[in-house]
Amino acid sequence: MKKVEAIIRHERFEEVKKALSEIGIRGITITDVKGCGRQGGYSETYRGHKMIIALRPKLKMELVAKDASVDEIVRTIRLTAKTGEVGDGKIFVLPVDDAVSIRSGDQGPEAL
Amino acid sequence: MHVNTGDTAFILISAALVLFMTPGLALFYGGMTRSKNVLGTIMQSFFAIAVVSIIWALVGFSLAFGPDKWHIIGSLKYIGLQGIGQAPLAAYAATIPALAFMIYQGMFAVITPALITGAFAERMKFSAFLIFIIFWSILVYAPIAHWVWGVGGWIRNLGALDFAGGTVVHISSGAAALVAAMIIGKRKGLNSQSWPPHNLTMTLTGAAILWFGWFGFNAGSALTSGGLAASAFVTTHLAASAAALSWVAAEWIRDGEPTTLGAASGAVAGLVAITPAAGFVSPMAAILIGLGAGVICYLAVGLKWRFGYDDSLDVVGVHFAGGTFGALATGLLAQKAINSAGANGLFYGNAAQLGIQAIAVVAVILYSFVVSYILLKLIDAFIGLRVSEKDEIIGLDLSQHSEVGYSLTE
Repeated sequence: MKKVEAIIRHERFEEVKKALSEIGIRGITITDVKGCGRQGGYSETYRGHKMIIALRPKLKMELVAKDASVDEIVRTIRLTAKTGEVGDGKIFVLPVDDAVSIRSGDQGPEAL
Repeated sequence: MHVNTGDTAFILISAALVLFMTPGLALFYGGMTRSKNVLGTIMQSFFAIAVVSIIWALVGFSLAFGPDKWHIIGSLKYIGLQGIGQAPLAAYAATIPALAFMIYQGMFAVITPALITGAFAERMKFSAFLIFIIFWSILVYAPIAHWVWGVGGWIRNLGALDFAGGTVVHISSGAAALVAAMIIGKRKGLNSQSWPPHNLTMTLTGAAILWFGWFGFNAGSALTSGGLAASAFVTTHLAASAAALSWVAAEWIRDGEPTTLGAASGAVAGLVAITPAAGFVSPMAAILIGLGAGVICYLAVGLKWRFGYDDSLDVVGVHFAGGTFGALATGLLAQKAINSAGANGLFYGNAAQLGIQAIAVVAVILYSFVVSYILLKLIDAFIGLRVSEKDEIIGLDLSQHSEVGYSLTE
């Protein structure tokens, strides 16, 4: 089992979710996150005073999948989350030791 | 002396409207702070209602509106509201119960120190804040209210015009705000970090409540329900609208975008500036005052960055600058044709009025500045004004009140 963590743009999420659903992935957890990267910060102006905001809002998407389907998932996310501009995000793949379904008690890949 | 029921109903409703401004101010200020200080900021305004109302009933009203002593202070004749009952106080408002006049004025006493809290937001100890507003209400607000509005007060005797509190409320609090920001010092990390307002929807809601309540503040200051109240109501609304327009126009030209905080700040700046003039000027003059206030206050909020004082929420830029502009503009645009109890301003052939207004402005600035300075220095020496560095980092909500404004759990 592998965990796929993707940092993506908020506005691409619906497309990504639709594409993942089409390849049979239904279990996704998302979090609003802030971070910095090559895209850099941006400015906000309050009462004429410009503030540099270093951290941009992004969406973190997490899912755990069987080893065999990881390549297809990563490719799907990459293609649907891409705009071609700096700031499209990153995808990370991590090993997962175990998984347990809280309702049924299933363990390992069966729990997914 | 007969109590007029229409006047009484109007003044009691106006008193409630002015009361509502203080929680409105709490939201206006609270939204502009960081989320860890939202309750600490709201509490300083909200609790001012409780503290200052009691002080006002015990001694404040008597010092402000008691029989004159030496043209500078009221006597203690009305201490603990002795003699203030259902019959009118003829010298001030002959058609409403003295109690209605007292509680209406009390709401002004409440909001004035609450205005100052924006200058030292996010770093003052709650205990130091309490001591400050108790003594400030007695030593600064009550004497200035007596000078300007009290029968026999020396500024009133000069003939200065202040319909609803340009000097008494806005200049006095604005001058104290400048001193407070200077004495308490900058918030830790101000120059190296960016702290955008944490909830501008709250700030906009607060500005709307302030605008609504201001009708009680200004129209109610007619102290009768009739033509003059209607006149002040209209000038108040037009000045707020004009100032929201001009602030947003100014920032759109200079910064590139029209902002909601600019619209809210502009409206408040216009309300501040029209306060001394509300019952003395025409609707078109009110629009001029509003247009001027929006631009002047927009420029004035930038001064803190140039001079290096941390007036966190721009009390100086809005109330000090707007109040001063409004008090002087009253000396230009006032007309006896609007209010026969008033005076003509410079534009209506009475150049002396502008000088009288200027004397009132300077006197109130100096007095509030000096007494606030001494008071804050004494409190600092005895108990310290400022929270510890650790408490400042934690935030006022947790460190002063053991609460948080927002919780993520159910």
